[in-house]
Amino acid sequence: MAEVAIKEEKPKLTKKDFASDQLIRWCPGCGDYSILSAMTSALPQLDIPKEDIVFISGIGCAARFPYYMNTYGFHTIHGRGPAIATGVKLANPKLSVWEIQGDGDALAIGGNHFIHALRRNIDINILLFNNEIYGLTKGQYSPTSPTGLVTKSTPFGAIERPFSAGELVIGAQGNYYARTIDTSPKLMTDIFIKAAKHVGTSMIEILQNCVIFNDNTHGKITDRENRDDFQLHIEHGQPMLFGKEKQKGLRLNGLKLETVTIGENGVTEKDILVHDAHEPDATLHMMLIRLKPPEFPMVLGIIREVSAPAYSQRLEEELKHSSQKSKYTCMDDLLNSGETWEVK
Amino acid sequence: MNETLTNGKKTTVERDKVVLRFAGDSGDGMQLTGSQFSFTSALFGNDLATFPDFPAEIRAPLGTVEGVSGFQVQIGQVNIYTPGDLADVLVAMNPAALKSNLRYARVGATIIVDIDAFDKRNIEKAGFSNNPLEDSSLDAFNVVKAPISSLTKTALEGIQLDNKSIMRSKNMFALGMMYWLFDRPLTDTERYLDSKFKKMPALAEGNKKALHTGFHFAETIEALPSMYKVPAAKIEKGRYRHISGNVATAWGFMAAAEKMGKKIFYGSYPITPASDILHELSKYKHLGVITLQAEDEIAAVCSAIGASYAGQIGLTASSGPGIALKGEAIGLAIMAELPLIVVDVQRGGPSTGLPTKTEQADINIALYGRNSESPCIVLAASTPSDCFEFAYMATKLAFEHMTPVMLLTDGYLANGSEPWKFPKMSELADITVPMATPNGEAYLPYLRNKETLARYFAVPGMPGFEHRIGGLEKQENTGNVSYDPNNHEDMVKVRAEKVERVANYIPELKVMGEGKGKLLVIGWGGTYGSLHTSVSELWKEGKSIDHAHFNYINPLPKNTEQLLSSYERIIVCELNMGQFASYLRSKFPHLKFESYTKIQGLPFTVTELKEKFIDLLK
Repeated sequence: MAEVAIKEEKPKLTKKDFASDQLIRWCPGCGDYSILSAMTSALPQLDIPKEDIVFISGIGCAARFPYYMNTYGFHTIHGRGPAIATGVKLANPKLSVWEIQGDGDALAIGGNHFIHALRRNIDINILLFNNEIYGLTKGQYSPTSPTGLVTKSTPFGAIERPFSAGELVIGAQGNYYARTIDTSPKLMTDIFIKAAKHVGTSMIEILQNCVIFNDNTHGKITDRENRDDFQLHIEHGQPMLFGKEKQKGLRLNGLKLETVTIGENGVTEKDILVHDAHEPDATLHMMLIRLKPPEFPMVLGIIREVSAPAYSQRLEEELKHSSQKSKYTCMDDLLNSGETWEVK
Repeated sequence: MNETLTNGKKTTVERDKVVLRFAGDSGDGMQLTGSQFSFTSALFGNDLATFPDFPAEIRAPLGTVEGVSGFQVQIGQVNIYTPGDLADVLVAMNPAALKSNLRYARVGATIIVDIDAFDKRNIEKAGFSNNPLEDSSLDAFNVVKAPISSLTKTALEGIQLDNKSIMRSKNMFALGMMYWLFDRPLTDTERYLDSKFKKMPALAEGNKKALHTGFHFAETIEALPSMYKVPAAKIEKGRYRHISGNVATAWGFMAAAEKMGKKIFYGSYPITPASDILHELSKYKHLGVITLQAEDEIAAVCSAIGASYAGQIGLTASSGPGIALKGEAIGLAIMAELPLIVVDVQRGGPSTGLPTKTEQADINIALYGRNSESPCIVLAASTPSDCFEFAYMATKLAFEHMTPVMLLTDGYLANGSEPWKFPKMSELADITVPMATPNGEAYLPYLRNKETLARYFAVPGMPGFEHRIGGLEKQENTGNVSYDPNNHEDMVKVRAEKVERVANYIPELKVMGEGKGKLLVIGWGGTYGSLHTSVSELWKEGKSIDHAHFNYINPLPKNTEQLLSSYERIIVCELNMGQFASYLRSKFPHLKFESYTKIQGLPFTVTELKEKFIDLLK
């Protein structure tokens, strides 16, 4: 009997399709809500079937994220998300794997897995919700807390120096690093879409506010009066301009970046650095990552986006190569290979 | 039975079984020499068992006791289950090898030494105060002083090889001597050398020359008055190959993967003595194996869990220290009810302990080494070749029951090898994964099969089955996060019950012997060979003694209690402080279990076991 294949046109997915039926249990006012909303806005624009999307997380407030997505999701153990996501991706490379971490999860208990996922260039998207505090354990300092921060476990102020997530990405030979902030839904959505399309590990740091234990920690760059001067939204191929009238910019002076104003001291737009996210040499990316107020604006956007083969692609190549070389095609071949003998 | 025959001017002594031990510096190639002898004997038709005994250091200083590497093999015309207690023939390539291996030679053994290596410096380095070949300390042995180094050097003159390569051929000289002594053909090893040195014909020629020279030397000298004759054993018909425990473990998983039409994902961090599983599996990418050398033990197990979650076979292996690190993640797989296989190739502990020595002290960590109520299925392989069967079974149980399985092997099984009558793939049991199927209703990730209590499995990529799981306690059926007190108690119990019910799907315990009597010897895992040999020898002497060996540790076979109740005394023998005995006491409090243990990083010897059993039977 002849069968006729009916090509069913799947209805386009919407934001609502990605919201799960679970009650969201983050604190009212938490920055995580806007990240969740940006994610459910981004996914329908990706044209990936819902069943092929997996959210993996470790432990922490951020790690509850998978429960709120109507996709496949696995809430695992503290810090191990990148390792679990690695196994998921290598076991089924067609999946779109998103891995959600907080600053403690990614950079303290799970620091090792975080850097090795980047080094291997596993094709996953890591979202680091950075609120510079431990929320779920109720307010201890984190590896990104600034020195001097008074918390429950540092009543006299933190004496440690904080990690910068972006610097770790570069140190781990990461090829994709973007920084965004929970108050910029459009920027988040845009970056999520681009990160999903990037082949290899995409690391997105989201500056996120913990309304309970570290409120306003990113306030200096989000306050209405400062935000234009302290946020530099960069785009590949565009000059690095900021300020209310986009009159300020970054210029390279010797081995250092400096802030200049167009029209002052003979500075023209031609003097302003044009962002090249695709440059493999990470020197300038590293300099951009390190900038912070009050001397400089905080750089937001895709700072580094360099193409390189992902781990699963190399694995695929290796597989082709080894199949061509091999004498065995199945276990019976292998069992009978080499020296065997018959006992009669 | 010893029979003396004449063979020209030399005599031939026929033996049921003979133990050989090769010992030399780590770089002397003793493992290769031993495995070549074993292989040739297997092809000849002997049954055999091997035991490599090497140092933790890769190349400890030349000539020191710390750097000695040994290889013991027992060959027989009878069935062989152990590498033997004491050697009938010991080859010692230098004074340090003699010093550290003399204790493994039986009184009257033939000891072949490389006399060229017994200079003043080497004798001192080995820690001898006098040259042992010149005082009376070796009077109880038949010492053959063979100029192995110098004769190898002379024989290889004219072959285009540097001095180092020439000296490295001396192990073949020693092997040649053994081949004469046991009336073995040289052809199998020659074929091996031709293949190994295909690209370096001078090395192949040099090694073969050394082999022949050793053979003729042994034939000529009067110090070797007799040849041993160990005729072919009467072993079960079929097709055989040689296999070590770690290779058998790797192949068992590969066989299961092929049967299931899935890929293996092996996450692993290198650790002695488990690394050979990684080496073996990483060769077979085209047979559906993905190996990831992870950044640490935790990533190794977590990536395997991720792979299982995504629908392939998540597998990891380690030894004690690594298993300790994996505990939290194994708990996650128990909670999420995902299949996972964890191999523990046990070694001496605690902490770093004795990395290259064997022990059975991880039964407690396998059973209890996780927080809270987190039962695992625990299996233990008992011979190098049955590592295949139990790796296969571990995979089958993990998937059919949707829960992690710990497979215990040990350093002795991992590195030991034996002839193996290997199966055809078609003879292996089917593996059926309880996959969820569309039924028009919403998928419930924690809905269970009524018989096994395994949950129905859906993996990413299956449309319509999107769901969330995790390490938080979950509501039955829906899998939603639940902090409900009664639900938690129910879920803890159902996870335990699921593991208990595995007893309905595993073979019953078999006892070797009468099934009742004065003494039952219990063992588990890698001690099978020595316990089986000791008990069967005593049985032949008419003693009332049986042997029961456990491969299924948790759950125990269903008939365990009934079988154990039929004996006057029960002795549990294991290479630890009595962990399995304690476990059995907790399971069967009304039965009395005595415990016999050894914690020396070494297997039991048949002699010590027999002595103990005879004592208990008095």
